Amino acid sequence: MSAPVPSSSSNLSSSASPSSRGRSPKLALVDVYKSFGDKPVLNGLDLVVNEHDVVCLIGPSGCGKSTILRCIDLLDPIDRGQILLDGVDITVPGTDANRLRRRIGIVFQSYNLFPHMSVLDNVTLGPRRAHGVERRRAEAKARELLDRFGLGDKAGDYPNKMSGGQNQRAAIVRALMVEPEILLLDEVTSALDPELVGEVLGVIRELSAQGLTMILATHEMGFARDVATTVAFLHEGRVLEAGPPATIFDTPQQPRTQQFLQRVTEAGRL
Amino acid sequence: MLRKLFQEEGAKGALIATVSTVVVFGLAVWAIAASPNWNKVQNQFFSARHMSDSWPQVSRGFLINIELFLIAMVLIPVVSLLVAVMRSLRGPGFFPLRLLSLVFVDLFRGIPLYLLIVLLGFGVPTLRMDGVPNSARFWALTALVLSYSAYTAEIYRSGIDAVPESQRSSARALGLTQWQSLRFAILPQAVRNVVPALMNTVVSLQKDVALVGIVGVRDALREADIYTDRFFNYSSYMVATVLFLLISIPLTRAVDWYVARDRAQRAQVMA
Repeated sequence: MSAPVPSSSSNLSSSASPSSRGRSPKLALVDVYKSFGDKPVLNGLDLVVNEHDVVCLIGPSGCGKSTILRCIDLLDPIDRGQILLDGVDITVPGTDANRLRRRIGIVFQSYNLFPHMSVLDNVTLGPRRAHGVERRRAEAKARELLDRFGLGDKAGDYPNKMSGGQNQRAAIVRALMVEPEILLLDEVTSALDPELVGEVLGVIRELSAQGLTMILATHEMGFARDVATTVAFLHEGRVLEAGPPATIFDTPQQPRTQQFLQRVTEAGRL
Repeated sequence: MLRKLFQEEGAKGALIATVSTVVVFGLAVWAIAASPNWNKVQNQFFSARHMSDSWPQVSRGFLINIELFLIAMVLIPVVSLLVAVMRSLRGPGFFPLRLLSLVFVDLFRGIPLYLLIVLLGFGVPTLRMDGVPNSARFWALTALVLSYSAYTAEIYRSGIDAVPESQRSSARALGLTQWQSLRFAILPQAVRNVVPALMNTVVSLQKDVALVGIVGVRDALREADIYTDRFFNYSSYMVATVLFLLISIPLTRAVDWYVARDRAQRAQVMA
């Protein structure tokens, strides 16, 4: 959260190898394979994310969007390939996953706040227990962030007393507590009532304006067009087409992408 | 409780309830009193003299029941939670612990409690091992704790399994270790899930404590046995019965009340 303006990324393509640019990318997935049982989900996927990028993963349900995010956070082990964070492969045995999760935050579709804890306890649990931050400091930081995202008066509330939008904003605050270098957002508005989507997208927009590197799996095409530096269209476990939003949405090259966007447009989502 | 039962029925309903209650219980009492041997049974089981004569030793024995019950109540939740947690640890490194937990549950849940008390209560003291308690009371209590812990561990495990997988993911995603995720995120929810089931176990434990008499522990039931053997009168058993009921009925009511309250609170949360 340093540079105020996100660098607009150029010549990003799905096949760009980590070394094809001057400096190494923030995150690179190289030829990643992952299957659940005998069902392949990721099929030799390549993806490059530079610092301050906002990458939106789009594609039909089941194309592997969520799996990519879970694999990056090491919640699911990959079968083959590499995931490089600052050029270092994090999928090799011996990687300290708990330490890695200080650098990468994730927010889930269904918020997953802990129902038996107040918002404040939810938000401070990670820093206090996993990273040894003392309670007072953790709570001070939590209150500051909750204030910033309009939850200042909700610190003592339990998740079931709040709206979906408030839950999801609290979940985002929880992920931001450790000041992650990359934030992963897994369809964070899909479970929300339509009128609550805006408040969560507003939060993401603010984070992108601050230059936070983010990867979003999303169905919100209008929003993707608006905030993404790169849009990647996934099909059958690989990136079929990637580029700046204007290119992908206005002049998609692949028939599959055109088809998908056609259907989305017909459904009134673009 | 009675008032609540009546309240649910309304005025006319209350009348019907009262009449039918009187009829049913009246018939039951009449049937027993009219049985050909009632006089003998009354003398054998309900003799006031034998009841008061056996009272001192049976009630003294009952204190042992209470003592063992309380000790078991402290140990069982600890042992069973440990077993359940061992069972739910993931990763190949924890395989021995998972196996240990599995064997524990299969073994102690598979042996009838009666048999387990006999095996440990008579068997272990006979070994005369150094540094190991040799009292039947100790081993009967141990059998009780092992058997109940095996059952209770499975209750905990069902509670742990009922917590959505996504809760575990989000705990791990915060950088918590597997143990921390269990301790702070999963177990508090799991325990809350199974409180009603745990409470019912308490009620049944309170009665099963009477089984320790099998290996000679002089609890209420054993003392009643001894009295009966001497005086050929069963009234001492009635003393033991009343003592157990004095604990178990309020306990059952308390559990019902707690479970109903818990359910109401959850319904409120859902609304």
